[in-house]
Amino acid sequence: MIRVFSELAIGIKSLMLKPMQSSLTILGIFIGVASVIWLLAIGEGISIEAQKQIADLGATNIIIRTVKPSTTVTSENSGPMPYGVTREDREKLLRIPTVKDAIQIRELQRPLFFSDNRIDGRLVGCTPEYSDLTHLEVERGRFLEAADLKAEKAYCVIAQKVAERLFSYEDPIGRSIYLPDHEDYYTIVGVMKHRNASAAIGGSLASQVFENDMYIPITTLRSRIGDLDRIARAGQFTRDYVQLSQITVIVDELDNVKSTAAHIEETLKAHNEKEDMDVVVPLDLLEQAENTKMMFMVFMGMIAGVSLIVGGIGIMNIMLATVTERTREIGVRRALGARQRDIIRQFLVETVALSAMGGVTGILGGLICPYVITGIRWAINEINADLMKDLPDIVQNMEPQIVDFSIPLAFGISVIVGILFGVYPAMRAAQMDPIEALRHE
Amino acid sequence: MNFAARVQSLHKEYFLKGETVRALRGVTFDIPEGDYVAVMGPSGSGKSTLLNVLGCLDRPTRGSLFLGTSDVSRMDDDELSRMRAAKIGFVFQSYNLIQQLTVLENIEVPLAYCRRLNAAGRQRCRELAEMVGLGDRLKHRPYQLSGGQQQRVAIARSLINDPYFILADEPTGNLDSKTTDEILSLFQELHEQGKTIILVTHEDEVAKHTKRIIRLFDGEIAVDTARDGTSDTLLI
Repeated sequence: MIRVFSELAIGIKSLMLKPMQSSLTILGIFIGVASVIWLLAIGEGISIEAQKQIADLGATNIIIRTVKPSTTVTSENSGPMPYGVTREDREKLLRIPTVKDAIQIRELQRPLFFSDNRIDGRLVGCTPEYSDLTHLEVERGRFLEAADLKAEKAYCVIAQKVAERLFSYEDPIGRSIYLPDHEDYYTIVGVMKHRNASAAIGGSLASQVFENDMYIPITTLRSRIGDLDRIARAGQFTRDYVQLSQITVIVDELDNVKSTAAHIEETLKAHNEKEDMDVVVPLDLLEQAENTKMMFMVFMGMIAGVSLIVGGIGIMNIMLATVTERTREIGVRRALGARQRDIIRQFLVETVALSAMGGVTGILGGLICPYVITGIRWAINEINADLMKDLPDIVQNMEPQIVDFSIPLAFGISVIVGILFGVYPAMRAAQMDPIEALRHE
Repeated sequence: MNFAARVQSLHKEYFLKGETVRALRGVTFDIPEGDYVAVMGPSGSGKSTLLNVLGCLDRPTRGSLFLGTSDVSRMDDDELSRMRAAKIGFVFQSYNLIQQLTVLENIEVPLAYCRRLNAAGRQRCRELAEMVGLGDRLKHRPYQLSGGQQQRVAIARSLINDPYFILADEPTGNLDSKTTDEILSLFQELHEQGKTIILVTHEDEVAKHTKRIIRLFDGEIAVDTARDGTSDTLLI
């Protein structure tokens, strides 16, 4: 062991004789090793992000959202064309045996008032289950209850942010929020804790912000506001006839999610043609994430592979040159009793020292991955924010996680590259005729 | 009498460009312990070949070479390496020190190859460096030393494994006359201490310091002063 160390010291000493060549040579290994750590860290980051999203949206949930079809022409004469999922659809969905529940909501964008304070809110008609579904927690008072729905009470529950903005100095509970569009008041029965925006799923399900929410019983919404959504604002007049904005189907078992999703597609086939509905299966995210992850891993793996090979060839090159330069030394060592395998070991130790240096610096380069990613995101945002928005959400939000085993793995790879590409030059050195080598000028 | 080396009807043939070159054609001689012998001969006489065989760098085609009690003519590469590491001390014309190592480390090299690099071995390296007069330059590198000093390091290195004999190939070939005298007196000293020295040279000036001269000609021994009597005037 001591011998290997002293040989290592001699090897490093020899490499120090040409620092420029040595450091250029290890560059390839550096990139390869850093890439290995990067690809594992990014892969892990993607997995974690996906799992977070799935936990957020519920793995056994299937989300059906109303989308406004682009083809619908709302002519003044014929009145608005109804679109989106309906209460009837929900009844049909509930008849699927694997469906445990189907939670409906209807959302509208409305300005909310208290005295002179105004906020652009999201008015959500929902059922008591909605708070569990979206992991909302009560801050004060209570959430909506079944009795409120049954009696079609003009009660509402607001998000903490809304409470702060509308009621700076007062307790909001018991006060009323005014909806000017409908000339109507809703009494506040509860305030919900702040909740971060939900995960977004590429394309159809944008990330949902809960901070401007006001929840009212869906039954109340139906009777007091109705299905027709008339918006008359300066220079804009739209009318939408929509029954439900979203149905979240809760499937009984994880294994049934896929088949249920197929069932739902079948049940709501009519909507597919109208393109006024989108079915999102959070579980699919896992597959999506796996695909994104694979893409990254393959891409980075290729970079790693190529740079390791290039690095290895570089090392082989420098070692072949070294062997030629040091022919005389090899001859002397052989004359002084070095066996062939002693010479092989000497040069292998040197090669491995070289590639291990690349390995160590590569590990350092790998460990800064999270900071570099943050930096790159910042840079892209500065230069071209739109480009950033076009990237998949999972890429935007993912935080690279350095995988523990990637460090010894990367180091091991660098050592193996050293051995692999060092064997040939070392063999060349060992197989020299000592008599010839001694005579070499 | 104990022998450092016994050479018996040694033949060495090469194939060179389809022709057989008979470099050694039955060379026989003994080197008793403590001998100080010069091997001489014009180029092409088989001098270098004999040196390589004696130094266990090459194997004879026929004949045998006993070093101590073992016949090295049938040894494989590893065994020959072991023999060189443990029992042969090389001194070369161009010193052949390893440039990136210090004086002390250079002297240690053969010990590493016969696995005797321990505290006692290191101590002996220091003693030998002092003996050749370089005790104050242990940490110097070869390029910081003069030719004579480098050759002294090489001689210290050749003694480290307590060899059967020192095999010196033109050891003064690169040195001026003053330094040559210094090196030759160092050999004389070693000879007086009972070391066996085989000195390959083409200079009569150098050869006359030795006790015995073997002259080769066309792969055969032309003169061996130990065999032919004390005079070496026959072929001069």
